[in-house]
Amino acid sequence: MVWLWNNLGLVLSLTLEHARLSAVPIVVGFAASIPLGWLANRYRIARGILLPTGSILFTIPSIALFVSLPLVLGTKILDPTNVVVALTIYAVAIMVRGAADAFGSVSADVQLSATAIGNSPWTRFWSVQFPLAGPVLLANLRVVSVSTVSLLSVAALVGNGGLGYLFINGYQRDFPEEVLVGIIAILLLALLFDLVLVVVGRLLMPWERLRRRPSRLKPVHDSAVHDSAGAAL
Amino acid sequence: MIEFRSVAKRFPDGTIAVDDFSLVIPSRKTTVLVGSSGSGKTTLLRMINRMVDPSSGVIEIDGESILDRNPVALRRSIGYVMQNSGLLPHFKVVDNVATVPVLNGVPRKVARAQALELLDTVGLSRDLANRYPAELSGGQQQRVGVARGLAANPNILLMDEPFGAVDPIVRAELQQETIRLQRDLDKTVVFVTHDIDEAFLLGDQVVILEKGAKIAQLGTPGEILANPANEFVASFIGADRGKRRLIVDANVAPRGDDRVLVDAGGYPVGLIAAPDGRLATGSPSPKSRSISNKTDQAGDA
Repeated sequence: MVWLWNNLGLVLSLTLEHARLSAVPIVVGFAASIPLGWLANRYRIARGILLPTGSILFTIPSIALFVSLPLVLGTKILDPTNVVVALTIYAVAIMVRGAADAFGSVSADVQLSATAIGNSPWTRFWSVQFPLAGPVLLANLRVVSVSTVSLLSVAALVGNGGLGYLFINGYQRDFPEEVLVGIIAILLLALLFDLVLVVVGRLLMPWERLRRRPSRLKPVHDSAVHDSAGAAL
Repeated sequence: MIEFRSVAKRFPDGTIAVDDFSLVIPSRKTTVLVGSSGSGKTTLLRMINRMVDPSSGVIEIDGESILDRNPVALRRSIGYVMQNSGLLPHFKVVDNVATVPVLNGVPRKVARAQALELLDTVGLSRDLANRYPAELSGGQQQRVGVARGLAANPNILLMDEPFGAVDPIVRAELQQETIRLQRDLDKTVVFVTHDIDEAFLLGDQVVILEKGAKIAQLGTPGEILANPANEFVASFIGADRGKRRLIVDANVAPRGDDRVLVDAGGYPVGLIAAPDGRLATGSPSPKSRSISNKTDQAGDA
């Protein structure tokens, strides 16, 4: 604990760096997987190409990707861009399948009715498909978030791993407390990210709480029908 | 007026849903397409707002071919009510009703105010406006569906088995409500059902369909009841089982002027007034079908 207090500044700055480096792949990966997931759900050919590609990308060992990206991107080996791009690739690889499932989970009846009352494909996507895919999208995004936050620590081997630095430094100095602080800090950061996602989800999808808590789903009794009309109906 | 001329629909898998179908659907009347599953009735309905395009033939609305119209604009000009209401689960009731006007560019505030008035029209309390569809009963959801169908004030209202999924008591309420609305609003209603009693109750014109959307008989409910065109129709309306042929039950003593009617199977089906032994007659017209006075007030609210 003494070590932590003496190095609080270092731990905090590493935590901020960790948050910054992992937030970008999560956001970009989410945004990129929306159109790709939509295509994979809509067209069988796109599905046949995108989903296996995602699975293959995810099998590339992370350290291999970190050191080979400079060759592809023309960046320096210590450039944080390499790490951000690599983690974005992993995020998309996981998220595309999840996004395809999310769009597949939207009720066909609701989509049919949305079309029948005069939604264009564009308005139908934004006002019906995207929000109703929301719960499954969120579930997958939470997996991506946790996996990105933990995977980033590997990038300490190429100098941009945020809190992963504490693992390498603590291991080299044979100093377990530093490693332990790193593990706990990463756990807390992952939990914080998850909490933010859950809260944002609650705010953006208020209708979902009806499904989650069946006790609140009690339909209003028909007596709420207009009294004058209700009496006769 | 909606006119089908030699319309056919073959689906890519080879099924012929509709084969050489022609029909005139008069304005400001309710036309009911009735048939069992596979009769193509829903396909016909969906052709009117171009959810399904015919493989051949012409469909015109007021003399203008709909195949020349933009499908999205066409759909926004036609009300659509479907089974299980088809409401958007993530929109509050008021926003569900306001959907089409908002798509048409009406400011959201104005559209919501109109939506509240429409809730009155379909006999729902404004207290429900801020609820989500999942918080309503099946009957209430269906009323919201009707309100949404009416929101852009369309001349044509398409109803695709709208009351198929609610229980018989609620269905009877919704049927009476539909009759009242139609009397007040005078829309051209095209209604699809597999329930012949519902068809006879709601239809000014009833079209009985066989497989492949072949018209077995077209007429008013009275005409079809009096003269079933063939055995298929007789069977479909229950005439072959004696369900439509009623006799006064001689075994039951009259109660006041009322005598008990039974069908050919001997099952009691209703009463008829028979003062001094003479059966009552009348000339009911579709626009004055029995609706209680109390229901009328809802329209003024």
